[in-house]
Amino acid sequence: MPRHERWKIILILVILIASVLAVYPPGEKIKLGLDLKGGVHILLQAKGTPDNPITGDSIERLIAVLRNRIDQYGVAEPVIQREGGDRVVVELPGLDDPEAAIELIGKTAMLEFRPVVDVTPAIPREPERQNYDTDEEYQSALKRWQEYRDQSLSLEEELRVRSQSDPSFTVARGEDDRIYLLGPAEVTGKHLTDARVAFDNLGRPVVTLKFNKEGTDLFDELSRENIGKQVAILLDGVVISAPVVQERISAGEAQISGRFTTDEAQRLAIMLRAGALPVTVEILETRSIGPTLGADSIRSGVKAGLIGAALIFIFMIVYYSAMGLVADISLVMTILLLLAGLASFKATLTLPGIAGIILTIGMAVDGNILIYERIKEELRSGKTVMASIDTGFRKAFITIIDANLTTLFAAVFLFYYGTGPIRGFAVTLSIGILASVFCAVFVTRVLLRILISKRQKLLFPASKERS
Amino acid sequence: MFIKLKSNFNFMKYRKIALGLSLCLIISSLLLLATRGLNFGIDFAGGMLFQLEFDSPLSVSEIRASLDEAGFGGAVIQPYSDRGVLIRVKSDREGDQKKVLDSLRGSTGKDFRVLRAEMVGPVVGSQLRKSAALATVFALLAMLAYITIRFRLRFAVGAVIALVHDVIITLGIFSLTFQEISMPFIAGMLTLVGYSINDTIVVFDRVRENLKNPKGMAFVDLFNSSINQVLSRTINTSLTTFFPVLALFLWGGKAISDFSMALLVGIVVGTYSSIYIAGTVVVEWNMRSRGKTLSQGR
Repeated sequence: MPRHERWKIILILVILIASVLAVYPPGEKIKLGLDLKGGVHILLQAKGTPDNPITGDSIERLIAVLRNRIDQYGVAEPVIQREGGDRVVVELPGLDDPEAAIELIGKTAMLEFRPVVDVTPAIPREPERQNYDTDEEYQSALKRWQEYRDQSLSLEEELRVRSQSDPSFTVARGEDDRIYLLGPAEVTGKHLTDARVAFDNLGRPVVTLKFNKEGTDLFDELSRENIGKQVAILLDGVVISAPVVQERISAGEAQISGRFTTDEAQRLAIMLRAGALPVTVEILETRSIGPTLGADSIRSGVKAGLIGAALIFIFMIVYYSAMGLVADISLVMTILLLLAGLASFKATLTLPGIAGIILTIGMAVDGNILIYERIKEELRSGKTVMASIDTGFRKAFITIIDANLTTLFAAVFLFYYGTGPIRGFAVTLSIGILASVFCAVFVTRVLLRILISKRQKLLFPASKERS
Repeated sequence: MFIKLKSNFNFMKYRKIALGLSLCLIISSLLLLATRGLNFGIDFAGGMLFQLEFDSPLSVSEIRASLDEAGFGGAVIQPYSDRGVLIRVKSDREGDQKKVLDSLRGSTGKDFRVLRAEMVGPVVGSQLRKSAALATVFALLAMLAYITIRFRLRFAVGAVIALVHDVIITLGIFSLTFQEISMPFIAGMLTLVGYSINDTIVVFDRVRENLKNPKGMAFVDLFNSSINQVLSRTINTSLTTFFPVLALFLWGGKAISDFSMALLVGIVVGTYSSIYIAGTVVVEWNMRSRGKTLSQGR
């Protein structure tokens, strides 16, 4: 073997070992996208108002509150990042309940305590025919119900008119569908130091609150002024409960009981601890993938890849014999390099990314095919084996570069305009192109030279006649 | 063993027929797109998608009845196994996701696992459509520029016309089969564009090389022999790319079947167009601009 070839072989071996080290064990080294490992992806749009416009600062605070909530909820390795001017992407791996996630991060969680000025009575359920013996009884019950409802509606209208008279008044709907006329918000979520889930003596979940110094004083005053009257607890503008104040509360503690489950109480406590969102958000997109589906996708992707690769292996060996084997070795190295590239750039492997790898398997041998066809042509023109290989590589090189650069363009634009999984595809395709070009023009060449020095005749039976 | 593939097929002789065929295909594709349109998935159209696996087999009509009752009429329900089903609902309101699942749990009386639940709002859908179109247009422009620099404008125009041809026909086939189109489809389309141009460039490269030593050949003959010289490469590469994409289509799962189908169609159409459409444009252009023969060019 010529001396100057030796460093090339060493280089290939070094790259090979480095790639194996970079990839092994693949479960740890290759970062999987949410579509493969399962999880919830949510895209939020921050909504500004004239008094509370969207600024870089409010988005930063929004992200901080979201991170706080998610950390407290206990999600490992969440991704929370800004996208564009006023959007935030939240990715929660391992979570498979999108509703809980949406509840947790989509709610502003603005807590307010307001004195109740007036309230409409609860409207009972509409009577149903099956509960009455005769049609007349049902009709008169229905009539009574309608009168009652109309009264209630006119009272609601009256409350709305009254709320106009005083700017500190506000009208809010309760979870019980009553309409409340409320006084100013004396105490809010800003005054909290802690919120925890506890259970009342009936075993129902409640959220206990602890106020800071200012909050304690304000709450003391609120309770003192409203003994025997109702104080409404509002969350995001909805009255979740309106207990009657029994006595003055000066200990700086309170509790919220509402119609919630333990999970809901848990989330509410988290949101109150983490604080309200500085701006309201709208959910633009949610995607949740269960872990089994992701595992299925990986399995079917690997299966398709192996079958595809096997077909190519067989085809190359049948068509190009020993040179085909060299191409197959170079193909294995391409895939190894591609995986190593993904691992070392910390790129995320997505389902379309797997498709990109499989596609690379197909396109990678193109470089070899171009070179081999060229070598064959050179051989036919009567050149020696070594000269044919050199000329073949030289002439095919330009074509390979031209052809692969254009595919690279497509990948770059796909990356630039694509989102999430599609970017994963663009990244795999790009790394795949680079790896396959390197393997075709460098690795294949070295391998061919080694093989020729060993067994020239095995490689080129066609050249036997001439030699 | 060397398989000898030394063909000398007169491709360019049939270019008028091929052109007629392509025109027919393009016109029918455009008609299909105009009348039948494309089956946009939630990525582009907005809405909700659920993939559910029921504990026991369930009929589509049971699911439909339950959804109709809950006010989600017009849902698209596709079973993919006796227990698994994909459901597409138009709504994109917050909270409707829960409603759909609750109503299914309640009225079918069967439990299920939610394998996938997605909701895409209308804003995101229209943005995705826009960025998909932009990505395609810019990729085409970049290729046009690159080929113009590396070859000549007429080659670039030929190559891009071939690409547009491939894209239109692939879209036409998707309109015909009404296969759902989601984000991976765009990736498939752009890869198709990359693949097809790849093929075209290999042919052009050989033409350019042969032009350095034209041996007094007429341009059309030179083109023909260039195509024949790279023919075995064209066929082999098409095959080796086709194999894994076919495997992906058959075994890769439903989630990316639109990607693999776009490529399957694209490989066939792209291989054909790089010979006939790109070649024909360059040959015809060259015949019409006498005096400035290509052999004087690069």
